[in-house]
Amino acid sequence: MAFLTLEKITKTFGNQTTIHGIDLAVERGEFVSFLGPSGCGKTTTLRMIAGFETPTSGTIKIDGKDVTDLRPNQRNIGMVFQAYALFPNMTVADNIAFGLKVAKKSSAEIAARVKEMLALIKLPDVGNRFPYQLSGGQQQRVALARALAIQPKILLLDEPLSALDAKIRIALRDEIRAVQRSLGITTIYVTHDQEEALSMSDRICVMNEGRIEQLGTPFEIYNNPKTRFVATFVGTLNVLNGTMVDTATGRIAIDGQEVVATRGANGASTGDSLAVALRPEALSIGETEPGRNGLKGVIEEVHFLGPVVRIRVRFGDNVVSLDTFNRPHSAPPVRGEPVNVHFGHEDLLVLDRPAI
Amino acid sequence: MKRPVIGPWITIILGAIYFLVPLVATFEFSLRMKRGEYSFEAYRVVFGDPNFQASFTYSALIAVAAIIVGVLIVVPTAYIVQLKLPRLRPLVEFITLLPLVIPAIVLVFGYIRMYNSSSWIPLTNSARGTDFLLTCAYVTLALPYMYRAVDTGLRAIDIRTLTEAAQSLGSSWPRILFQVILPNVRVAVLSGAFLTFAIVIGEFTMASLLNRPAFGPYLQLVGANRAYEPAALAIIAFIITWACMGLIQLFGGGRRNDTRR
Ligand SMILES: Nc1ncnc2c1ncn2[C@@H]1O[C@H](COP(=O)(O)OP(=O)(O)OP(=O)(O)O)[C@@H](O)[C@H]1O
Ligand SMILES: [Mg+2]
Repeated sequence: MAFLTLEKITKTFGNQTTIHGIDLAVERGEFVSFLGPSGCGKTTTLRMIAGFETPTSGTIKIDGKDVTDLRPNQRNIGMVFQAYALFPNMTVADNIAFGLKVAKKSSAEIAARVKEMLALIKLPDVGNRFPYQLSGGQQQRVALARALAIQPKILLLDEPLSALDAKIRIALRDEIRAVQRSLGITTIYVTHDQEEALSMSDRICVMNEGRIEQLGTPFEIYNNPKTRFVATFVGTLNVLNGTMVDTATGRIAIDGQEVVATRGANGASTGDSLAVALRPEALSIGETEPGRNGLKGVIEEVHFLGPVVRIRVRFGDNVVSLDTFNRPHSAPPVRGEPVNVHFGHEDLLVLDRPAI
Repeated sequence: MKRPVIGPWITIILGAIYFLVPLVATFEFSLRMKRGEYSFEAYRVVFGDPNFQASFTYSALIAVAAIIVGVLIVVPTAYIVQLKLPRLRPLVEFITLLPLVIPAIVLVFGYIRMYNSSSWIPLTNSARGTDFLLTCAYVTLALPYMYRAVDTGLRAIDIRTLTEAAQSLGSSWPRILFQVILPNVRVAVLSGAFLTFAIVIGEFTMASLLNRPAFGPYLQLVGANRAYEPAALAIIAFIITWACMGLIQLFGGGRRNDTRR
């Protein structure tokens, strides 16, 4: 049985429903990210798990126990906030010890645990400092130690890295994941940064407008997006509009040219207009090899980005962008030049809803 | 080259004269108790007066009591209003301003009517009861200052996230209030406390009408009957008030910059 389950969770603020029936099962020790655009309800869902908000309906279970009506201080959940939220009046050691003191642990035990936690976050010498004497990244690591010191059942992190600058963000990302692995703690990680979600998670829960769009491993989410939303939100993706010519063979017409799709075409019937997705990295320029799809178009834009050259190609109404490596000894493509773009049959993904 | 601006300077000098001349004159007068020489004789007499010591101690004690009661009322109230009931804020602010609008004399007559010896709660029957009443009166009087100081202090920290962090660590409400919130608004509470102290030490109306041996009535009594001592007392009271202000500055100004955004 799953360690953390959300069953038909809804949340209404006033007369506005922000969470529309979420079902989720997280295994023990799993690292699950909530990924979605601003306002999609990630924080609200997380706060319901923590107990800061009460679901309008539905149940939350942790380790088989219904906690829906438990107060936050009875749930034994570790929480890390975007704004660090260290207690400014306490030293780092006192911050980490806070939850242990609340739990009335002996002072010897507290001291040992604080030391252990400081070692875990690789800041063994900052125990006597105050939060304002630490950098943002260090403060967030202390906040992580404070949350973990009480040996919580679940660790919740709400965009813990978004107040930090890019370099520290990437370092801390790995560190959080390493700590999480070493403790084997069940973790929910909220982010709107897809790279963060893809690189850290066991599974990603892509959310949109208070619903779960797709739940799956980073590989599944990236390579087999189930909905148009997931396809466009995760990664950069080209979406093209076309018409189904023949369902049996998966032939699709795009701007008067025909291509073959082998994935996701089963739902549509002949004559349907539909949307297909193509990852930029699946596209190449040159003559179409046998057994692949080819589309002829015109180069509309060329962006030289250093190691890569990003090219936009137009076929009638549809546009795709693709990246080619910079080759120092040959000139980059030129605007207005006709090109042939080719890709595999399996690279073409038919999305469930036609493009608007 | 900029022409020196003399307008503002004239204003400042006029203002300084307006404030300083009476002060200097009073001080000078307070030193002239002994004929023909300057001395601190008046101060010696004042400090040696057992009534001075008794009334000052009494007022100081009442001030401390008023500060404690005030903090215990104001901090949780301001905290809850900010955290849970932000819509009530205008109402609460209005209520805390009322003591500035209602004259002390009205308040104290109200008290005497409500709590006289033939009322339901005859607080004025005993000295202790009246002390309690006086403390409450001073809490009310200092409310506008205390509330504003604490409210501003609370606004400077992210009380919502701090509260939630403490809650997720298993903390109960009293612990959150006393170990997380209160220490972080210590500076604000202190400045509220010193303002309360300054108000209570000089207060006359309430102490006098409730007939308690406070410093204010003592000042008035000495002022009505002596020549040099009132001047010395005025200077002493002035120094106490300014010491309070100085302490507010010290605690408020020396505060480190907050690192949270
Ligand atoms: N206390 C509240 N009262 C009313 N509406 C709220 C409240 N909390 C959240 N909402 C609404 O719920 C929706 C989801 O908010 P939520 O904070 O969960 O989004 P989010 O996915 O965390 O977004 P972000 O990435 O910007 O943090 C928003 O439309 C928000 O306005
Ligand atoms: Mg959020």
